[in-house]
Amino acid sequence: MATLRDVKVGETCTVSKLTGTGAIKRRIMDMGLTKGAKVFVRKVAPLGDPIECTVRGYELSLRKDEAQCVEVADVTAA
Amino acid sequence: MSDKLNIALAGNPNCGKTTLFNELTGSNGYVGNWPGVTVEKKMANWKKDTNVTFVDLPGIYSLSPYSPEEVVSRDYVVKDRPDAVIDLIDVTNIERNLYLTTQILETGRPVVVGLNMCDLLEQHGETIDTKQLSHMLGVPVVEVSALRNKNLDKLVKDAEEAARKQAIAKPVELFSPEVEHALAQIADGIKNQCEPELVRWYAIKVFERDAEAIKPLGLTKNEVAAFEPVIEAVEKERDDDSESIITSDRYDWIATVMEKAVKKSPDKLSTSEKIDRVVTNRVLGLPIFIAVMVFVYWVAIGTVGTAATDWVNDNLFADGWFTNGESQAAYEEDSEAYQDANYDDMISGFLAAAEEQGVSTDGVQDAIDAEEPTSEDEATIADFEAAAEKAGVEAHDVAITDADGNFVDADGEVITTVDEDGNPVLADGQELGVLDTVTLADFEDALDQAEPDPHDYGNFVDSIPNAVTGWLTDAGASDVVISLVVDGIIGGVGSVLGFIPQIFVLFVMLCFLEDCGYMSRVAFVMDRVFRRFGLSGKSFIPMIVSSGCGVPGVLATKTIENERDRRMTAMLTTMIPCSAKLPIIALVMGVLVGSDNGAWWVAPMFYFMGIAAIIISAVMLKKTKPFQGEPVPFVMELPDYHLPSVKSWLLHIWERVAAYVKKAGTIIFAAAVGIWFLNNFGLAGWEGGDGAFGFLPGMDAPADVNVNDFSMLAGVGSALAWLFIPLGFGNWQATAATISALIAKENLVSTFGVIFGLGDATENSVTMWQGFANMFMVGGTLHVGAMCAYVAFNMLCAPCFAAMGTIRRQMDDNKWFWFAIGYECGFGWVVGLLINQFYELFVFGNFGFWTIVAFAFAALILYQLFRPMPKWDQKDEHILSNLSEEAA
Repeated sequence: MATLRDVKVGETCTVSKLTGTGAIKRRIMDMGLTKGAKVFVRKVAPLGDPIECTVRGYELSLRKDEAQCVEVADVTAA
Repeated sequence: MSDKLNIALAGNPNCGKTTLFNELTGSNGYVGNWPGVTVEKKMANWKKDTNVTFVDLPGIYSLSPYSPEEVVSRDYVVKDRPDAVIDLIDVTNIERNLYLTTQILETGRPVVVGLNMCDLLEQHGETIDTKQLSHMLGVPVVEVSALRNKNLDKLVKDAEEAARKQAIAKPVELFSPEVEHALAQIADGIKNQCEPELVRWYAIKVFERDAEAIKPLGLTKNEVAAFEPVIEAVEKERDDDSESIITSDRYDWIATVMEKAVKKSPDKLSTSEKIDRVVTNRVLGLPIFIAVMVFVYWVAIGTVGTAATDWVNDNLFADGWFTNGESQAAYEEDSEAYQDANYDDMISGFLAAAEEQGVSTDGVQDAIDAEEPTSEDEATIADFEAAAEKAGVEAHDVAITDADGNFVDADGEVITTVDEDGNPVLADGQELGVLDTVTLADFEDALDQAEPDPHDYGNFVDSIPNAVTGWLTDAGASDVVISLVVDGIIGGVGSVLGFIPQIFVLFVMLCFLEDCGYMSRVAFVMDRVFRRFGLSGKSFIPMIVSSGCGVPGVLATKTIENERDRRMTAMLTTMIPCSAKLPIIALVMGVLVGSDNGAWWVAPMFYFMGIAAIIISAVMLKKTKPFQGEPVPFVMELPDYHLPSVKSWLLHIWERVAAYVKKAGTIIFAAAVGIWFLNNFGLAGWEGGDGAFGFLPGMDAPADVNVNDFSMLAGVGSALAWLFIPLGFGNWQATAATISALIAKENLVSTFGVIFGLGDATENSVTMWQGFANMFMVGGTLHVGAMCAYVAFNMLCAPCFAAMGTIRRQMDDNKWFWFAIGYECGFGWVVGLLINQFYELFVFGNFGFWTIVAFAFAALILYQLFRPMPKWDQKDEHILSNLSEEAA
């Protein structure tokens, strides 16, 4: 299963499932990365981590380790 | 219901809530912390009606049980029951903002929703159907602009009305049917356990298995367990856990709201995105970040900030100042001319020559130094002059000294070595700078020359201590009172106020960076580097600032969003050498290498030591219990860039500065007065003294007794000196200087001046180097290890009271404060021990008990550094995995 970590800059995807537990999972969901949400990966930070993506109309940054908790589907190049 | 109303302001971070709060209240209220956490709590009355009090909740995205911000917010709304809640929404980001709204609606309080930044929305070509939104949410919705103060009165009036009518928001049935069904079942089971308006709130919390939130229900284990099958059925049907189901359902419902009430324009690149293309660019991101940091450092530390603070410290609290440049120039010129003429050297040289030739000089120097010479003094001098004339005294080759009391060579360069009697030691080819002859006429002339007094030049304003000393003396106050007021109280207040200009300048910039949105980008750019050490990307800023002064450095930790990182950074950031520690570095450089020629590497070494200490400490502490817990998510919004309004910017700065003065100020002040007391009082225990306790400078002590040796500070120094024996400096002088350096680190040097009886010697005085080095002499050679241990300890141990007061204010918790101070002192002690013991072992070949201890500590540090992250009980304490299991 592909995760948000594998999505390349400039690609769009849809969240299919969240793995992980506790604070990190809840926080990712609270910020709008829930099942069915469309995510556009906008860029990677200068040092290669974290990443910045657009979700629900705003800019969200998260670490690659956390992006790994987000399983995605329908990866398409924008 | 009483006339007084409490209205809570809730909303996402960056939704304009602070601006709203400031507009409504003028920000003249209470600023403190929520109990037990480093989260700021603000309360203030409405400008238009003091019966209405606003409580500004922290900016949050959700009411989850995980972050302290969210926990204090939900506890306040659910337990403290404000009369109404105003939920402010940033309409440019409405989808995510409504997520919090859906949760607030469940808290059983009257709610009014404010739609902020509607003007921006129009620019984007989007529209919101307010009526439809209000209908769907079931609460009043008001379009406002916090920035332009538009419709704010209506917002508050609506909230007031809702509160008076107790129009409690009716929760929308927004979850999917199977969840609603389960919630109804749970609600039925708990309806007798809580107020009717909170039944749905608790039902959802039970469904989410939120351990902390459902405690007030007081359900028995079996009652809780009974709900488990209900929840499990839904989880099975949806193939997800209950917490995720609730969250997704909320967002799904919001999607339907968006469809009905919001008209979005097609996506296009906003200004903010265009800025970000450059600012967080892969190539330019780091250089831009460095440029911004250099600028902040340059303004706050390099130029404006330090200049302003120095001005306050040097003028307002030390020497006074001129209001007119011409007078100042005239004074400085005369002052320099006076210095260049070497009158003091003439006088002392002539006296020495007279003594050599058998003319009595008893009491002459004292008579010359007397501030207000009596007729007796004048007679002494006249007698001496007559005797000198008779003997035909003339001094030859009188050595010249500079303003620091150092000997200089013929070229005016400082001579950096002196022998044990204090005579200059010349290098090959070096010639001592001398006055060839000093005649009686020169001597008399020198006596007539008074050092220029700035008061005589006009346009001179006296410093506060000098002015107050003058008034008190005129009023006939005793020496104790003058000393208490001037050295104790004004000194204490001065050390608080002296930092204000620098803090102000710093926050002018930090508040701007924060308000405009760049601070989140700092975390984005630097996260990769700092997370390794268990710190946040934003920890970089406090450290940069601390190299100037630890006080604003600790205050700058406010911008760190995560509580654990905030505490860790506040604790460690003062280990970077601040500007007040530079005199100490200069002193060691003086001892080690004479003057600073070619030994540029000594000062950077202390900065490296500071940085290394922070990294090592952070890595070690990260693996300890207090800093362990759930991993902290770095899932962060990057808000749109916007120019803050001048007004909210200024208020933000004012808030920070005022908090420093109020909270830190009292502690700093008390500590400064305390040290003054220790320093000036003691027992008259010298030979011939009566042993009475009292004000030392006011006692009649023989001339050869240094009363400071008998102060309580000296007593405390002796009592604690044993602690430092393994570090190589177990004498009371070193200990007492360390204690008095707590007022301000640069005091370390001046305290040695007093203890060694060196008068005005500074860190640039050769005599001071000598005196300092003498403390660490072992059999005639300098014990470099002990000296370095001493300096390292003073660099790393507890910072000055000002910084400690700020740490106390920042932690807002005694346990954490003492933990921070204790760790700093302990770590400094261990580093000192390692330096001294390893030096002893490798240079002197001494091996003893403390060497073993040093090795043990070294091993411990290495172990803690390199052992893997301990596996803590990873069980989620907030959300239970199974209700019945927990119940068992």
